[in-house]
Amino acid sequence: MIPVAFDYERATSAEQALSLLAEHGDDAKLIAGGHSLLPLMKYRLAAPAVLIDIGRLEELSYIRDEGGELAIGALTRHFDVENSDLVQSQVGLLAAATAEVGDPQVRHRGTIGGAMAHGDPASDLPAALIALGGSLVIDGPSGRRQVDVDSFFTGFLETALSEEEMLVEVRVPKMPESTWSFQKFNRRAQDWAIVGSAVVINNDSCGVGLVNMDSRPIRASAVEEAISNGASATEASELAAEGCEPPADINAGVDYRRHLARVLTRRGLEESGR
Amino acid sequence: MQVTININGQSVSHDVEPRTLLVHFIREQAALTGTNIGCDSSSCGACTIHLNGEAVKSCTMLAVQADGQEVTTIEGLADGDALHPMQQAFHECHALQCGYCTPGMVMAAVSLLDEKPDATEAEVREGLEGNLCRCTGYHNIVKAVLQVGGAK
Ligand SMILES: Cc1cc2nc3c(=O)[nH]c(=O)nc-3n(C[C@H](O)[C@H](O)[C@H](O)COP(=O)(O)OP(=O)(O)OC[C@H]3O[C@@H](n4cnc5c(N)ncnc54)[C@H](O)[C@@H]3O)c2cc1C
Ligand code: FES
Ligand code: FES
Repeated sequence: MIPVAFDYERATSAEQALSLLAEHGDDAKLIAGGHSLLPLMKYRLAAPAVLIDIGRLEELSYIRDEGGELAIGALTRHFDVENSDLVQSQVGLLAAATAEVGDPQVRHRGTIGGAMAHGDPASDLPAALIALGGSLVIDGPSGRRQVDVDSFFTGFLETALSEEEMLVEVRVPKMPESTWSFQKFNRRAQDWAIVGSAVVINNDSCGVGLVNMDSRPIRASAVEEAISNGASATEASELAAEGCEPPADINAGVDYRRHLARVLTRRGLEESGR
Repeated sequence: MQVTININGQSVSHDVEPRTLLVHFIREQAALTGTNIGCDSSSCGACTIHLNGEAVKSCTMLAVQADGQEVTTIEGLADGDALHPMQQAFHECHALQCGYCTPGMVMAAVSLLDEKPDATEAEVREGLEGNLCRCTGYHNIVKAVLQVGGAK
């Protein structure tokens, strides 16, 4: 399978990538690792006229300790996040969720920024970022802005990013004392989640993000609230599918997905010590 | 556009369309047909090569993304007539039947042990999750990898 023909530009700096985006407008697409975009282009579900390659922007590949938060450059590959001592010790949930993405070959190419910007409800990392309460740093023609994770995912494959903007950094609060669990249900080792549940408990606060339970990555607010009010894991997890509109597909129907969300969230809460 | 890739220590340069996949560049421009295409959709791992020493699926990369980089294919592993230890172990452990998955499997296995020299059996099985084999049932493949490295 071969994509529709396109023009190719390789950005040598973040600044140049932004000016190329401004120049080409909505004919253009950024390509980072290409592990979501290229499959779509090969199936001809996407046909950008111009590809702007940001895959070599070393300046956006880093993991930094910035006091209360970790700052992770958008071009940081899954492999580097998964194996980072900082991520493992400060936000274990993110390291664990990243290690569940696809297979080693995919994790050698795919980036954290690409996973967020793609906005796929079936993706593991957005759910983890929701549970952790992170934020996203966006750069564009009108300057830099920071968006809370709860305002970033706006619909199916849609995010707060405009066509002329680029995601430059993912920020995650450090929580070295937290307990957490990433529960992913699939049928074959490398598959996407049929449903997933990312749970983190930090002091008295609880965060739960769900994979593939709505048209966008979604927070299980009812579960979080119940836990804060002293509910048990069993009681709280009964609320996991509340307010969700899960998709039905060849792997699972709506009711089965709701069931999975409850079971996986209970397991996640239990594994996190609740 | 002109794309130059160092493949198995040799510089290969061709004028190709930007949409040319890396696997096609390797098979057609560089005429190295050891790298197979199986699913063509990043699931099976038959097209696995090393990009700068790390296993990647060459059906899910553009040749332009590898411009100026180093690629190793299955043809680049052996030292003359002496098989690479991983190839030798596949041979000795009967880790292949039809052989279609084998080039990708060997490349993935070498990259796995580079990153995790003391991999346990479970880690080897997990580390090869991106490579499918329709014939062997995997047991002998895992045995071969553990013969080369891994926790004994
Ligand atoms: C076989 C296979 C299995 C997979 N399994 C899983 C899985 O189990 N779980 C999972 O979560 N994911 C999975 N993935 C997806 C993988 O995580 C991708 O790497 C990731 O979703 C996208 O990252 P990328 O860098 O490859 O993005 P790309 O494909 O390069 O880009 C994706 C989209 O984001 C945009 N984009 C990229 N970077 C930026 C940026 N910095 N700013 C603005 N827009 C940007 C692009 O324009 C494009 O629209 C799988 C992929 C494959 C091929
Ligand atoms: S042909 Fe590339 S993964 Fe199957
Ligand atoms: S030996 Fe036939 S597919 Fe693996």
